[in-house]
Amino acid sequence: MTTTTGLDFSPAPGAAPLPRMVAAQAGAEIRAMLRNGEQLLLTMVIPLLLLTGFSLAPLVDVGEGARVDFVAPGVLALAVMSTAFTGQAIATGFERRYGVLKRLGATPLSRGGLMLAKTLAVLAVELVQVALIAGVAFALGWRPAGSPLLALPLILLGTAAFSGLGLLMAGTLRAEATLAGANLVYLVLLGCGGIVFPLSAFPDSAEPVLGLLPISALAGGLRSVLSDGAGTPLAAAAILAVWAAVSLVLASRTFRWE
Amino acid sequence: MDSPAVEIIDLVKRYGRTTAIDGLTLSARRGAVTAILGPNGAGKTSTIEICEGFRRADGGSVSVLGLDPSRPELRARVGVMPQAGGVPPAMRCGEWLRLMSRFHAAPLDPAALLERLGMAAHARTPYRRLSGGQQQRVSLAGAVIGRPELVFLDEPTAGLDPQARHACWELVGELRAAGVSVVLTTHHMDEAEKLSDHVVIIDHGTVVAEGTPSSLTGAERQLRFRARPGLALDELLTALPTGSAAKESPSGHYIIEGQVGPELLATVTAWCAAEGVTADDLSIERRTLEDVFLELTGRELR
Repeated sequence: MTTTTGLDFSPAPGAAPLPRMVAAQAGAEIRAMLRNGEQLLLTMVIPLLLLTGFSLAPLVDVGEGARVDFVAPGVLALAVMSTAFTGQAIATGFERRYGVLKRLGATPLSRGGLMLAKTLAVLAVELVQVALIAGVAFALGWRPAGSPLLALPLILLGTAAFSGLGLLMAGTLRAEATLAGANLVYLVLLGCGGIVFPLSAFPDSAEPVLGLLPISALAGGLRSVLSDGAGTPLAAAAILAVWAAVSLVLASRTFRWE
Repeated sequence: MDSPAVEIIDLVKRYGRTTAIDGLTLSARRGAVTAILGPNGAGKTSTIEICEGFRRADGGSVSVLGLDPSRPELRARVGVMPQAGGVPPAMRCGEWLRLMSRFHAAPLDPAALLERLGMAAHARTPYRRLSGGQQQRVSLAGAVIGRPELVFLDEPTAGLDPQARHACWELVGELRAAGVSVVLTTHHMDEAEKLSDHVVIIDHGTVVAEGTPSSLTGAERQLRFRARPGLALDELLTALPTGSAAKESPSGHYIIEGQVGPELLATVTAWCAAEGVTADDLSIERRTLEDVFLELTGRELR
């Protein structure tokens, strides 16, 4: 510790180019997400268990067609929610609590750059989730109808809506409250968002309200595209777009960085 | 002519009804080490965080390298070591430093810097598993990795063992030698005295004294001794040259200030002998920054 190595401390300040900073931050976020056991449970293990369990066992009445054709799109929606909402809310809440967001604010990486990195990291993890879920679903006999490309805008809109909700929570609540709240919302929306239990299983009066939830819009939209081979489901896209706009505006107005 | 590294004029910061900083004015020279010294709650961290752009001032003006602290271009030119935290607990410290280095155009080599701070063996250790002192060193590394012109170190040696503290001091010396401006806060008097070119003592959010360590402690020396409590110091004073001062603080500990030389020493010992008093631990010392500090703030460090 006392040896003076040839470190040159003479000032040579300068920011790295934005793409390099964003790539570095996104890489760190991806590694953090893939290394966190609790997060993997929410984003990978639970969706894959639900997919296999509900596709193989006749646990719920899914109507016509193969069970996996009903379950796979719902589980894809759950995967998007788990990463963009639950995982992101918890991680960001604790980053705020540990002063990480504040510390990053003192680096050349701008807040816009940080948000871009977080978004890229969420999309990258979603890509891994989609590949895994689709792979397992194919093995279970899933034969999606229609064009999978139509699912892309829905997934992007769903990611925006869930990210907005997650950041709204992370930026205003205490980290522990975010942790509890984000897990609770995950469970509630898993139960009543049309992921594995069809909305038709709920009372007639509840169904239209539940249909307005972002998770039901995403699951229903993906189902109509991937199972029924329908065109872009405009109603689902519109619901997601409204959730995204409202939550992102609210999050950006209320977010506290420390 | 370059602007100062930091120029603060009449800074005011309030939290609710509490005024944390109350008309603080200070200037930190470029290429120098400036220590902001004060008890806990004096306003050190608030001052630093306003300079770092984390907080907004409620009054007065602050300029950092000649710019408003909120200017984004400062983020690349200024290195920051917060008082605590700032690193994701699960991240390996080597990974975090590499990430920090990727934000800069011409950074130091993260591995070499860890080596320099005696942390090479911990490069793969998650931050939360490091001891408090090790975490401080990682945080210090993060402040200097981008080769900044100016670094703010908020209590850089809090929680460090003596070796690590000396290593930190050495690093600050190297930064200064390389032409980096350093502004640090501390409540260790010896740290301010050893490290800095300029010391600013603050209390209750305002500057109570500033200068070089030696100008603050003065050329004045003190004669100190121990004896039974309650000596009649008034009598002693009449025997001493005018301008001398004598006090008992705490009980049984005596301090004589003034032209401390052989003559004064002889007078004091002769007086003690005449009084039948044995003076123990008699010594002549320079005033320390701690003496100055306690004199100015009139209270113990909290």
